[in-house]
Amino acid sequence: MENIPQKIIHEYLRHDKKFPHVWCAGCSNGIVLGAIIRAIAKMNIDRNDIVMVSGIGCSSRMPVYVDFNTLHTLHGRPIAYATGVKLFKPHLKVIVVTGDGDCTAIGGNHFIHAARRNIDLTVILINNNIYGMTGGQASPTTPHMAIATTTPYGNIEPDFNICNLAIGAGASFVARTTAFHTNEVQNYVRDAIEHPGFSLIEVVSSCPVIYGRLNKKGGPAEMLKHMRDESIPLTAVDKLPKEKVEGKIVRGIIKRVIEPEFCAEYAKLCERVQAMGGE
Amino acid sequence: MATKKLKSTEYLKSLVKTEPAPEEKHRIALLQGNQAVAYGAMDAGVNFFAGYPITPSTEIAEILSEELPKRGGVYVQMEDEIASICAITGASLTGAKALTATSGPGFSLMQEGIGYAKITETPCVVVNVQRMGPSTGMPTSPAQGDIMQAKWGSHGDSPAIVLYPDSVRESYELTIRAVNLSEKYRTCVILLLDEVIGHMREAVTLPDLANVRVISRIKPTVPPHWYKHYDENQKYLSPLASYGEGYRFHVTGLTHDSHGFPTNKPSEAHEMMERLRKKITHNIRDLVQIESREMEDAKIAIFAAGIMSRAAKQAVAQARAEGIPVGILRPLTIWPFPDDAVRKMLRNVDTVIVPELNQGQLIHEIRRLTKDKSDGDLISMQRCDGALITPNEILRKIKEVH
Amino acid sequence: MAKPYEIRLSGSGGQGLILAGIILAKAAVYDKRRVTQTQSYGPESRGGYSRADVIVGDSEIYFPEATQFDCLLALTQEACDVYLFDLKDDGILIIDTTYVKNLSMTAENTFEIPFTEVVIKELGSPITANICSLAFLVKVTGVVKTESLKKAIADSVKPAFVDLNYKAMELGFQLADLHLK
Ligand SMILES: Cc1ncc(C[n+]2csc(CCOP(=O)(O)OP(=O)(O)O)c2C)c(N)n1
Ligand code: SF4
Repeated sequence: MENIPQKIIHEYLRHDKKFPHVWCAGCSNGIVLGAIIRAIAKMNIDRNDIVMVSGIGCSSRMPVYVDFNTLHTLHGRPIAYATGVKLFKPHLKVIVVTGDGDCTAIGGNHFIHAARRNIDLTVILINNNIYGMTGGQASPTTPHMAIATTTPYGNIEPDFNICNLAIGAGASFVARTTAFHTNEVQNYVRDAIEHPGFSLIEVVSSCPVIYGRLNKKGGPAEMLKHMRDESIPLTAVDKLPKEKVEGKIVRGIIKRVIEPEFCAEYAKLCERVQAMGGE
Repeated sequence: MATKKLKSTEYLKSLVKTEPAPEEKHRIALLQGNQAVAYGAMDAGVNFFAGYPITPSTEIAEILSEELPKRGGVYVQMEDEIASICAITGASLTGAKALTATSGPGFSLMQEGIGYAKITETPCVVVNVQRMGPSTGMPTSPAQGDIMQAKWGSHGDSPAIVLYPDSVRESYELTIRAVNLSEKYRTCVILLLDEVIGHMREAVTLPDLANVRVISRIKPTVPPHWYKHYDENQKYLSPLASYGEGYRFHVTGLTHDSHGFPTNKPSEAHEMMERLRKKITHNIRDLVQIESREMEDAKIAIFAAGIMSRAAKQAVAQARAEGIPVGILRPLTIWPFPDDAVRKMLRNVDTVIVPELNQGQLIHEIRRLTKDKSDGDLISMQRCDGALITPNEILRKIKEVH
Repeated sequence: MAKPYEIRLSGSGGQGLILAGIILAKAAVYDKRRVTQTQSYGPESRGGYSRADVIVGDSEIYFPEATQFDCLLALTQEACDVYLFDLKDDGILIIDTTYVKNLSMTAENTFEIPFTEVVIKELGSPITANICSLAFLVKVTGVVKTESLKKAIADSVKPAFVDLNYKAMELGFQLADLHLK
């Protein structure tokens, strides 16, 4: 693990204001928050230049705790708000923290269109396979036949592969890891912030209190161990026999290409138009 | 984004290529209502537009897509109207003067975001060029069906400032006023246009830009650790910092304290709700604008907004020519409702006629303020088929009650 | 002060009537008159109904829609049938006999001209029937100056089409001269 002392994390928290936090003991959200802060501390970005935007959900509660510019928006809409922030002041680093429901159900449209525009947002999607905040209803990433409070007989719907969705929509940086692999989360957050274009990091995480209980996945530690044991690095995929890859969580940077970024393209358009003169 | 100033006359030159006579200080042009909104927005300093095309508001987006890049402002077409209201709110928190334009179906989609802008006290303007509803309705036909939605459309109690022009020139003026009020009161201001006004062309004389009064939000002067995102002063207006300026404030749609952090305490919730309410109720004089014509000796009054006031004005002129004592009261600010002016009207006249292009919306507000008038003295004229109530129909009604 | 002069240009979508309305309104601005121009059209951009109203006056124009026409131009049978009854008793009716075959009543001042046929024959295409009939209207009503109309046309159509539209305009003027004699 990178040597970022605990003290530094505290420096980035609004600890005098908003604690204790709302998350259940054992929830992955805190792990992800720690990784994001370590990444930013390491990168030495002026925190005045960071805007953290989120939607509604357990995961989306994150911004209130951190000492950045923070914007806790509507369910499903953080990417749309973030688009306004970024377009008006493109030098700001805009980080969106969102959940699987927030981003791929109610907010799916904004997600694919921001990816298509390739606007330079860093979207960190904490995928706990369930609607945590509202008490455990099925989300678009609830696995087939899993139990949620609204799928008491098992979920008959297929689930989204979020990274494929992002790639299909045109995102230029797409990565996946799990809450167990905190170093990877930290590194991918760094890479995504550095990447000039739309980036998505799917952090497979756990909601032990609801999803875990409903589906008998054990406690927080068991769920984390599951992430460790049931995931494989992207680099290993080609080397392993098919049956060892099937059903696994594949971790790694799945796509990273440099493509025209929306704010930069807009700035060019303005220059072109202004060069044409008034008439 | 750096803002490049363009001389306002430049875009007008392209509209009418008459060289103004030397003595003419003003800019004369044949303008459409929607064009006037777009120019008004730019003259008010709007430098961010996000929208989604919809008849009959599309011209506003089209003009701004052409003009904003010239002056370094941002134009973006979003994936839907929900995204549009969100994007302008995000941009406004980042320091932009932001506006969107839509019509009924899009206005419905925006309601949650409008409530968010109001509870977070973020300045922005939503232009709704009304068309016939419900649902897809008649996209190219006029109606005044969104008057109540403009106040009550978003869930929960929230402040509403809604302006309603009745001419092309006034569309320009009230757009500027909408932007100004949104900046001053830190809220989402709505501009309602009738389809006919949005698409109508009139010869208008626009003021010199030097004479246009532009209001911008107050910036905080305190150091960041003293900054309260919702600081109160007497009139419930408070300074507003932007993202990226070192203030690092928190914004949430949850009920919040004066710093912007979520709260569940009834006392703090009460404080926030009162603050939102008093913004309006303590500033009624600044917010409410009405036009009153021929009301001094009137025994019959017509209360009408937007295009219906144009029909009423003609009817009043004709009736006056025949010696009938009739006048017109017209709200330029439809919310907050001009209670005082309406009460005065109700005291002074025998009969009030309310023509409107819906199944009865304004009439309820008048009725709310009626104490000593029987229903017979309040006459509702309604039309809801995509066509206008004509001056003659109003004139006939005037003669009926005279 | 004279009452505002109310004109309705009517026909179907694609006949260019709204453009004609805008041109007429611009011409009135050049004449330094007061003017309003409104329109009504179906959601489709071709076919369907279409009309443009222009009201020209010297005092405040209250209601921007024409209700009692001083002049009605009808380029289709349907438009003529619907609007004819709102023409003032002494109003001027101008119809394109290419499309309007029946008149349920005649106005005192009726001009029956096959505008579309004429422009097809003289200019090779029907697209300028709007300008031809507008020019005719301007000449017989005198509502705006002919120079102002000319200027408004130049300011409203793409540069490449100015000449063609001027030809249509001249054609309209000539037709009017013939009929006014
Ligand atoms: C428009 C709207 N619909 C529904 C809700 C209720 N709601 C709040 S959070 C949530 C789901 C959150 O799930 P997810 O985004 O996966 O985040 P998690 O809580 O699991 O972190 C829902 C449905 C809402 N706030 N707004
Ligand atoms: S409900 Fe689940 S996702 Fe929400 S805080 Fe608790 S453990 Fe985390």
